[in-house]
Amino acid sequence: MDDKRMPDGIVLTEAQKRSRRHRSIAIALALGVLVVLFFAVTLVKGPAVLVRPM
Amino acid sequence: MSVVDHNAIELGPRISEAEVGDYIALLKPRVMSLVTFTALVGLVIAPGHFHPVLAFTSILCIAVGAGASGALNMAYEGDIDALMSRTANRPIPRGRITPPEATAFGITLAFFSVMTLGILVNWVAGGLLAFTIFFYVVIYTMLLKRWTAQNIVIGGAAGALPPVVAWAAATGSLSMEPILLFLIIFFWTPPHFWALALFRSDDYARAGVPMLPVVAGPDATRLQILLYTVVLVAVAFAPWPLGYFDAVYGVTSLVLGAGMLALAINVYRRREGVAATRATRKLFAFSILYLFALFATLLLEVVVRAVAPAIGAVASAIG
Repeated sequence: MDDKRMPDGIVLTEAQKRSRRHRSIAIALALGVLVVLFFAVTLVKGPAVLVRPM
Repeated sequence: MSVVDHNAIELGPRISEAEVGDYIALLKPRVMSLVTFTALVGLVIAPGHFHPVLAFTSILCIAVGAGASGALNMAYEGDIDALMSRTANRPIPRGRITPPEATAFGITLAFFSVMTLGILVNWVAGGLLAFTIFFYVVIYTMLLKRWTAQNIVIGGAAGALPPVVAWAAATGSLSMEPILLFLIIFFWTPPHFWALALFRSDDYARAGVPMLPVVAGPDATRLQILLYTVVLVAVAFAPWPLGYFDAVYGVTSLVLGAGMLALAINVYRRREGVAATRATRKLFAFSILYLFALFATLLLEVVVRAVAPAIGAVASAIG
């Protein structure tokens, strides 16, 4: 019987780990921009930004 | 048993190695920059005060919406992009990103750009942006592009809408000025893309895309380029005598229009060999400069009008 055990599930290569990390950072930055944008517009238009006539 | 194991490995989940740069390439950054610029002009020439934060939000949403359209376009056209030298290096033909990944990316961006513009700015602009994305992806990419030689004529409406969206963002309504900007880009699109199609017709023929030079031949395309250029020059000049834009714009449009017309005539006359290719390449390059310069003139006029009183005040204070 072989003593070497196969790892469970999928093991990412270094390139896959690196690209996934970069993509995750980009998504985080994009979400951060969105949060800042909504906050800034809330300051500009007042707290009732979502309650207004269409 | 070994066959089953082998298949299990082959059919295993695909783990993406796509970098952020691959996703940025999906947005068609060069198209995005022209869209952003024309939208900026639509925004700046709109009457009334528009808060800079809302102006930035509008331009960002329009740019992201344009990027979403580009990503969805590439997701659908991966098969023909692989066959054309101009597009073979895009992320999908290179295998960096799969069509479903590009579709998910494009839909996400489209949703966020439309909703953000609608919620934060106004729903006229949000609705127009949604329509622009829909028109580019569904009407142009899915229906027209592989079906008719008029693909870029009708589809050009999508590329012409960004200044209209921007105007709507600033004013909450529409009027004649953004429609004139729309018409300028609309009539600019055929000579621009047919010039490209003339020297890339082999590419389009290989991919089975019925561009005008492939379907009707280069000579018919040259005539169409010339006719559309005549209409373009007239449409671009019209806002001055109609009183919408002033004399600086009018004279600029005449000078640029003369250049565009001269190059279109050159394309019409030179039909063989290197001279013909050079003529179409020149027209293609100049058409980009033409649109940029025309819109830049409108932008500069607004900037000068805004800065002039301040300069006058400083000059009188010194005097």
